[in-house]
Amino acid sequence: MLYFVEQCLNGVQLGMLLFLLAAGLTLVFGIMDLVNLAHGSLYMLGAYFAATFAVLTGSFVIAIIMAVAASLVAGMVLETVAIRRLYSRNHLDHVLGTFGLLLFFNELVRLIWGPAGMTLSLPPEMLTAVQIIPGVYYPIYRLVIILAALAIAALLYVLVMRTRLGMLIRAGAANRQMVAALGVNIELLYTFVFGLGAALAGFAGVMQAPILTVQIGMGENILILAFVVIIIGGIGSIRGAFVAAVMVGLIDTVGRSFLPDMLHRVLSTNAAATLGPALSSMSIYMLMAAVLVFRPEGLFPVAGR
Amino acid sequence: MTASFDPSLDAATRSQLTPRGALAATVLAALAVLPVYAALTGDGFALTLFTRVLILAIGAVSLNLIMGYGGMVSFGHAAYLGIGGYAVGILAKEGVDSGFVQWPAAIAASALYALVVGVLSLRTRGVYFIMITLAFAQMIYYVAIGLDRYGGDDGLTIYRRSQFAGLLDLNNKTLFYYVCFALLLASLYIVSRIVNSRFGLVIRGARSNERRMRAIGFPTFRYKLVCFVIAGAMCGLAGALLANHTNFISPALMHWTRSGDLIVMVVLGGLGSLFGPLIGAVVFLLLEEGLSRLTEYPDLILGPVLLLVAIYAHGGIEGLLEGRRRG
Repeated sequence: MLYFVEQCLNGVQLGMLLFLLAAGLTLVFGIMDLVNLAHGSLYMLGAYFAATFAVLTGSFVIAIIMAVAASLVAGMVLETVAIRRLYSRNHLDHVLGTFGLLLFFNELVRLIWGPAGMTLSLPPEMLTAVQIIPGVYYPIYRLVIILAALAIAALLYVLVMRTRLGMLIRAGAANRQMVAALGVNIELLYTFVFGLGAALAGFAGVMQAPILTVQIGMGENILILAFVVIIIGGIGSIRGAFVAAVMVGLIDTVGRSFLPDMLHRVLSTNAAATLGPALSSMSIYMLMAAVLVFRPEGLFPVAGR
Repeated sequence: MTASFDPSLDAATRSQLTPRGALAATVLAALAVLPVYAALTGDGFALTLFTRVLILAIGAVSLNLIMGYGGMVSFGHAAYLGIGGYAVGILAKEGVDSGFVQWPAAIAASALYALVVGVLSLRTRGVYFIMITLAFAQMIYYVAIGLDRYGGDDGLTIYRRSQFAGLLDLNNKTLFYYVCFALLLASLYIVSRIVNSRFGLVIRGARSNERRMRAIGFPTFRYKLVCFVIAGAMCGLAGALLANHTNFISPALMHWTRSGDLIVMVVLGGLGSLFGPLIGAVVFLLLEEGLSRLTEYPDLILGPVLLLVAIYAHGGIEGLLEGRRRG
């Protein structure tokens, strides 16, 4: 039971991480209609920035802030130099162009930081575990990730639904020409939105950096999970991304921890040992397939798409 | 979301003596005599490299069938390479090394996977389709990693190439090259027959305007599904060849960036043209090989090249030759 609670929290933590990535993806897709395969590269860059700034400044918190700021700037520069030229193209060209960017960023990181990975160590006060319910201890850093991501989700909601900027973003998604005709600098708005997505991805990378190694290609596999999240949630919907991210995080983590044991009860040890890992890695794709059968546009389809 | 590709329905039926026709003929002729060159110069590496080019060209040709002619941007095509490869590898490991069993098994397994993925993904369109095919391919990737008995993450070495009862010895590199070449020609022939048939017209029509095709009475879903399965089966065969070529398979073969490579080949060569994927495969793999000899950081150049192709070069290399812009 205690193990179950712990695994559920791990699932929520993975879900929060996926939400940070998926929110940026779905924002960029919902507003600019852009498929961005280089989103994982921004996640990777965020982690490398944090590891570097942590060495330079010696402070974990300052490193995080600087890394997120650097990701924001990197995203805005990337949008201005390359991405904005892709908006008028079809999705296949987006795939090709951003795939090229992904290759470029992997190689750039190898050139700058070298082929070996980096580590980002946590400050000592983050290394302890707290007792969340009697008898269950949980690493404080993972709780910090969950809370920080929740705070960001709330901020994002306020930004998009309650501010003038958010109103412009939503208006830009609905009708670009009309917003531009009303005198809004839509190009700047797009640059900002892409930068915001990059900062969210960078933040996800920063938060994950102390748990995993910071290495080249670290954003590639998690990017596909973020895709699964936005397919389930409905492409373009931030609310859908949040719900789907928690679902995917929980099912993936809990499936991996408990499915092999459950198989042992019904199958022979040998068969369970072979099937267990394979099946548990399939669970979220099964969820995706099930959602697609009943709701081809995702759980929270965005109107007009 | 409407289909994003400009229809050029006449592209496949247009008369052939154009710059692109000449280029295709030159490439085919060069590929046909390459083993002679390799034998004369003793350049075994060229033979190995171009065997790989031929095999991946089969994969690109099959992707072009659904993506170029059918407008279905499948981002999971490397899964078929993997399934075909693992069909050979798993059978070999279990002691079945006859190619008469292995290759049909590779084709059947890929077709079956394509059927399942097709049924689920063809209900959606546009960017959903891209991401769903991508996600399912990633699932297969993780399944392969979970197959501890067959090497898991480390992959599986294939100690004996497929046996053809003494008729064909695939260990003979030149012979294997020509087997691949023949299968490439066969796949080009099949694709050209398909796209110029009534079936192909429905597929191409559905790319331009699926609603209209349905309105005049074609159940486009079934047509597209059949097309999707044919492409998957064809790429599965390429996977079986690849496993025989490298004597090794691993999940890395199916990483989603490999699917990206196949898309790059098709787009680079020219979407929806018969020989485009072949030219794209030759150019992409030679570019990759050339750049990695030239510099330690090849993707630093390759990446921006792809970006520039996406932004400026519509219709790929063949499109440039024709001087025509699409999209």
